[in-house]
Amino acid sequence: MSTTNSFQPKILVFSTDKISDPGIDQAGLRKIHYSPSVYVISMPCSSGIKPRWIMHAYRQGFDGVFIAADGHECSYSASCPDRTNDLINHAQSMMKEQGINPKRIRMAAICSVCAEPFASHMDNFSRILSEIGSIQAELNNKAS
Amino acid sequence: MKQRIGVYICHCGGNISDYVDVEELGKMLAEETGVVISKDVMFACADSNQKQMVSDIEEHKLDAIVVASCSPKLHLHTFRGVAERAKLNPSNYVQVNIREQCSWPHSDNKKEASIKAVGLIRAGIKRVSHSESLENIEIPVVKAALVIGAGVAGMRAAIDLARMGNQVYLIEKEAQTGGRVAQAGSLFMSGQSGSELTGRLQEEIRRHSGITVFTRATVEKVSGSLGNFHVGVSIGTGDNDEKLSLNVGSVLVATGMDSYQPKENEYAYGSSKRIVTLPDFDRMVKEQGELVVDGKKVRQVGFIYCVGNRQKKGENKYCSRFCCSAAIHTSLKIKEKYGDVTAWHLFRDIRTYGKQEILYEKSSKQGDIYIRWDEKEPPLVEAAGDQVLVKVKDYLTSKEEIEIPLDLVVLVTGAVAREDSRSIADVFKIPIGSDRFFNEIHPKLKPVETVIKGVYIGGSCQGPRNITESVESSLSAAAKMNALLGGGTISLDPVVARVNSEACTWCGKCAEVCDYDAIRQIEFQGKQVAVVNNATCAGCGICAPVCPPDAIELAQFTNLEIESMIDGFMEKVEMREKQQESTTENEEAPAVTMKEYPQLWKEIEEALASGPMNIPDLSKQINKSSDLVTWHLMTMNKYGIVVPDGMDESDTYFNYKMKN
Repeated sequence: MSTTNSFQPKILVFSTDKISDPGIDQAGLRKIHYSPSVYVISMPCSSGIKPRWIMHAYRQGFDGVFIAADGHECSYSASCPDRTNDLINHAQSMMKEQGINPKRIRMAAICSVCAEPFASHMDNFSRILSEIGSIQAELNNKAS
Repeated sequence: MKQRIGVYICHCGGNISDYVDVEELGKMLAEETGVVISKDVMFACADSNQKQMVSDIEEHKLDAIVVASCSPKLHLHTFRGVAERAKLNPSNYVQVNIREQCSWPHSDNKKEASIKAVGLIRAGIKRVSHSESLENIEIPVVKAALVIGAGVAGMRAAIDLARMGNQVYLIEKEAQTGGRVAQAGSLFMSGQSGSELTGRLQEEIRRHSGITVFTRATVEKVSGSLGNFHVGVSIGTGDNDEKLSLNVGSVLVATGMDSYQPKENEYAYGSSKRIVTLPDFDRMVKEQGELVVDGKKVRQVGFIYCVGNRQKKGENKYCSRFCCSAAIHTSLKIKEKYGDVTAWHLFRDIRTYGKQEILYEKSSKQGDIYIRWDEKEPPLVEAAGDQVLVKVKDYLTSKEEIEIPLDLVVLVTGAVAREDSRSIADVFKIPIGSDRFFNEIHPKLKPVETVIKGVYIGGSCQGPRNITESVESSLSAAAKMNALLGGGTISLDPVVARVNSEACTWCGKCAEVCDYDAIRQIEFQGKQVAVVNNATCAGCGICAPVCPPDAIELAQFTNLEIESMIDGFMEKVEMREKQQESTTENEEAPAVTMKEYPQLWKEIEEALASGPMNIPDLSKQINKSSDLVTWHLMTMNKYGIVVPDGMDESDTYFNYKMKN
């Protein structure tokens, strides 16, 4: 972990059960370390993630939301990358209204053997979120 | 809301408990709302624990269970089975992955791993507390199949479907069955002709009473869904077309491909009788006793490869794969049949994969000439009297330009999607790729399934294939179809979308994004609302985020379930003071439990001193449960104290012995 201060950003990952989950599992299997503040919710398809869940995650104290998508490998829909993109745009517009930094959401295609890429995405995202600071501070600033 | 939840936290032979304080977690989580029992177990998946879970569910009247262990990929079905055996609905079971997604990736930070595990399990408890008892969706099926296209792939699938006891309708657009293969000359490797091969299949179809063949028949419309399709078919060519409706449970589309037709003047095609395509040439070889064009004997034949395929700029980016082998096979045939013919192969790359490499080797040995060109500088072809002049830059030497006078030029054309594929795709709503072939759901995991449940694709309508590959895919589809049709009913996964009709205001957005055509508009209490067809819904949930009033959701992925999981992750975790100390201590110790059980290890050591032993015998000998013995033996194995020593006499269990 490259975080220099004691702040360890909490990241919620939405993954997909057929493709990105096995990739994330493989990172564990190979004991590739990433931040223990990463929590994963598995979905059938990344296009099924509701923006309200993303907003709920910020309100509950998650500093960032990462969408581990199937990209063009999605077994449900060829238009999955576009649809996932749409819902992220939707979430970002809601974030903007709430004064939440749009960098707090990220998406990348994580394949079924993408163990290292997943871990390095988590390291990078943790670093970016450390620079931005905690969501709590951001929401408090907005409120005050 | 579930009020009687059972929680099981697995040690997994140290894989989890070496890094996560599972014993403490077991105690902590017993205090969660709704939790009736919370246990740490040695191996959750062990037979003895599964039995214990069944009796716990019955004894404590549990209404939901959570198992925190390995990835659901490994044991989701194991514990769903446990639930079923205890008459608990399997949807009231949640598996939490605290191994691949906690103890292993965070093995460098035991304290944080334990804290994370608490969050993960709390999320699981909260999720299961909102779980509903879902029943599989049962759909009756018509035990009949429709196969569209009576080429080699369609005919072969029809025969197998009929052999498996299904009524089969086989429809063919042309006047005769057999398709493209029926026109082919002798085939690699058997040497039999295409018509001999299709003849055998035609004969078998004639003999089988379960197959009804319609020729000059096309599909006009389709209604219904998985298990009960109504397919409108038109038979005939003129005004007196006969219309009929076929009622089938499943459909196989095996409409095949077309051969690429060179454009006017592509390699001077059309300017001379001496420039032909490979399928045309193959027919000439099949039919002509002497190889003569326009009264002149052919002695020099040139094959130009990759015509209409692998186009950097054109539409057909793909490689058809079979054409290299087909061209080389034809060049071997002409040598064999006509003797004194020189074959020039002007190629980009040779792709005679698998056994077809034999052809390439044979051709090279018999003196065929291979010249490699590059797509930047394709060969120039010009008809000149009773010859064709080909200029080509030889990339295997010094890119020197060679001029070859030939008697015949064969354009090795690859496959293209059939021109009428679009109309079939529209009728069945099968997606078409940018290459205009039909798209499967997933090229590796669901290679013959389409997004329309019950509709399969096989053979070369899906992409360029040789005969073997075409038959393989259509038979794979036939097996899938029989699995659907065999039982009279189909049991479908209950994870489908559902609409809250009160909240729905019908805007059509959900139907718009659904690739499966599973959402329709109906009238409900005087207003228009969306309704989901359970038989066709794929359970992807794509419809849920696009609904403006949030009136559609996927079972098991409801707002309550997902948002409560997020709450569970984030609840404050306070590891008990005493426990924190012991966690710190453990960081230096190689194994969590080593110091606690020296007596048992001693007993195992003493028992094994008399010779190798299996676990049941060992547990009898030292009078400890086999669970406990397994757990410690596996740990001893992990640290190299004991080692497996082959199977026991009954060939059922492993024996173990001391390492030294």
